[in-house]
Amino acid sequence: MSGIKTLAPKPSELPQQAPRRPPGILRRALRTWRGRIGAAITLAVFGVAFLGPLFATGSGEELNTMPFGPSVAGSLLGGDDLGRDVLSRTLNGGATLLVLAVLATALGLIIGTAAGIWAAFRGGWADTVVMRIVDIILAIPTLVFALLLLSMLGPMLWLVIVAVGLSHAPQVARVVYGAAQDLVERDFVKAVALMGVPSFRIMRREILPNLSTVLLVEVGLRLSYSIIIISGLSYLGFGVQPPTPDWGVMINENRLGLGVNSWGVLAPAILIALLAVGTNILADAIARAGLGEDRANDLPNPDSLGGR
Amino acid sequence: MLENNDRQPISLVRNDNGPEDVSARFPRHRRKARGAVSRTILRRLPAGVVTVFAVAVLVYAATLILPGDAATSILGQSATPERLALLRDELNLNVPPIRGFFQWLGGILTGDFGVSLVTREAVLSMVGPKLANSAVLIAVAAVVSVFLGTVLGTLAALYKDSVFDHVLTVVALVASALPEFVVGVLIVLAFAIALPWFPAVSMLGTGQYIWDEPIKLVLPLVTLLIVVTPYIFRMMRASIIEALGSEYVELATLKGVKRSRVVMRHAVPNALPATIQVIGLNILYLAGGIVLVETVFNFPGIGSTLVAAVTARDVPVIQFIVVLLAVFYVALNILTDVLVLIVTPRRRFAR
Repeated sequence: MSGIKTLAPKPSELPQQAPRRPPGILRRALRTWRGRIGAAITLAVFGVAFLGPLFATGSGEELNTMPFGPSVAGSLLGGDDLGRDVLSRTLNGGATLLVLAVLATALGLIIGTAAGIWAAFRGGWADTVVMRIVDIILAIPTLVFALLLLSMLGPMLWLVIVAVGLSHAPQVARVVYGAAQDLVERDFVKAVALMGVPSFRIMRREILPNLSTVLLVEVGLRLSYSIIIISGLSYLGFGVQPPTPDWGVMINENRLGLGVNSWGVLAPAILIALLAVGTNILADAIARAGLGEDRANDLPNPDSLGGR
Repeated sequence: MLENNDRQPISLVRNDNGPEDVSARFPRHRRKARGAVSRTILRRLPAGVVTVFAVAVLVYAATLILPGDAATSILGQSATPERLALLRDELNLNVPPIRGFFQWLGGILTGDFGVSLVTREAVLSMVGPKLANSAVLIAVAAVVSVFLGTVLGTLAALYKDSVFDHVLTVVALVASALPEFVVGVLIVLAFAIALPWFPAVSMLGTGQYIWDEPIKLVLPLVTLLIVVTPYIFRMMRASIIEALGSEYVELATLKGVKRSRVVMRHAVPNALPATIQVIGLNILYLAGGIVLVETVFNFPGIGSTLVAAVTARDVPVIQFIVVLLAVFYVALNILTDVLVLIVTPRRRFAR
């Protein structure tokens, strides 16, 4: 029967100190099950790729079993199309793919972010030019764009990074442009501009930090797509070149022996699949943590979808 | 009596937000709607033509940036001078680049796409049958994935948080992330080797089309469906959940409208625009995704032709296929926008 309820908290409930900074998006994503599972899978595959060579019995280029030889004690996953040890090749075949994927993602994000912010901040002709270029590159499917570049200069690893990075850039630019356009209209940006702060400084110090959520989501997605595209390019013969062990190359090489020793295809296929799924789930968790359950609520980002 | 009192305000709200086709009652609006559609097409078409033109320039320029001379780089150092001269002539390298480009473009516009450097066949007669096969693959994949995606998405939304919904959501999340060639080889392993039900390769005899041997369409189709359907499913599920939480659905439910009618008349039509956009993107994606899938199955389509052309540096074929894909992209984008406009009454009136 106390009746009167007060909305004001009791003095003892008042915060004793200034409220702590809310945890970062990444940390919030890792508190969810989705984030943990995604991070665990991704880390596990990175572990296989980078620590694998330490455990491999050879470089994966020696001929030491029968072509498509069966699984035996010395060669757990059997032999591949030329009689090389599948297990050694699998353990040695991930590092290049991952390094290429990370570099391509970084390149695409840097170019895309710079172009997107610049277009939104400058407006006018810069806006038109950048967004027209984005439209034009988007008219060519990502993989076809990469193939076009690689067909002209030949399969070289640096070109794979450039081709995949460039094909990510327009998609990143579009997303960043959309987010930056809102920021450009805000008072704090207008205020520093009136104070005479140089444009580059405004873009770097005022706009860029406020895009961290959008960018973090993009990092996850782009890494996932980079892995898919680069392993696909290697599979088609335009990425990592044989006899270097590589998961994409292995799937191509051992396809004919699928009925004899399926491990030659299965082992790299499972690892690529895990990697793609792990990074994608992690990206999904980051999107949910960063953009909020409602906005990220299973709505796949239409812009990023075209990225594959 | 009570019902009559209620009807007035409710139907007003529905007119604002709901899917009910107001234009049926006001024929004048229907005319307006048609105007909006044609205006959208007219507005988008020039930009589309510019995009295709720019892609053509880009593709043509790509053949010019070949290190050294394109002809030498294609044929190798050991090529005979006569062969080189012939190829230079075919690639229009003897004329200045700008003029060469317009000659090439003029050829395209008059239906002359050049001659394949490898098979010495006219590009059009070489790629044409492949294009037909790919079109069948894309069309069937699009129809089936749209059906599966929208139906499963609606069901998952209606039974949100049920076991059915959770299983489908997880499966969709995993499937949408998988690379298509990985899915392809796993499908081959499962349904061509472990269970030998379907052929592992889809190669056809000369002069044959894929509809002559539909069984060879099955595995490439299943692969594409696994990669594409999850996106449509996720968008449909999310949009239906959003629509079901809206005020007009609540009002319709309170008014006593049957659940099935609420879903079919109110929720689904309002979930369509967003889903159509995703479907459009997915079909665009299919156009690129067939490159890997066709290669896995040796499916005789434009994707595997492109890979073969890139391997052999068959420049005219590469140029033709890339420009073709750009035209497809532009046309489909305009079509998607028009469809969204047609299924969204609100947008029609806003213009």
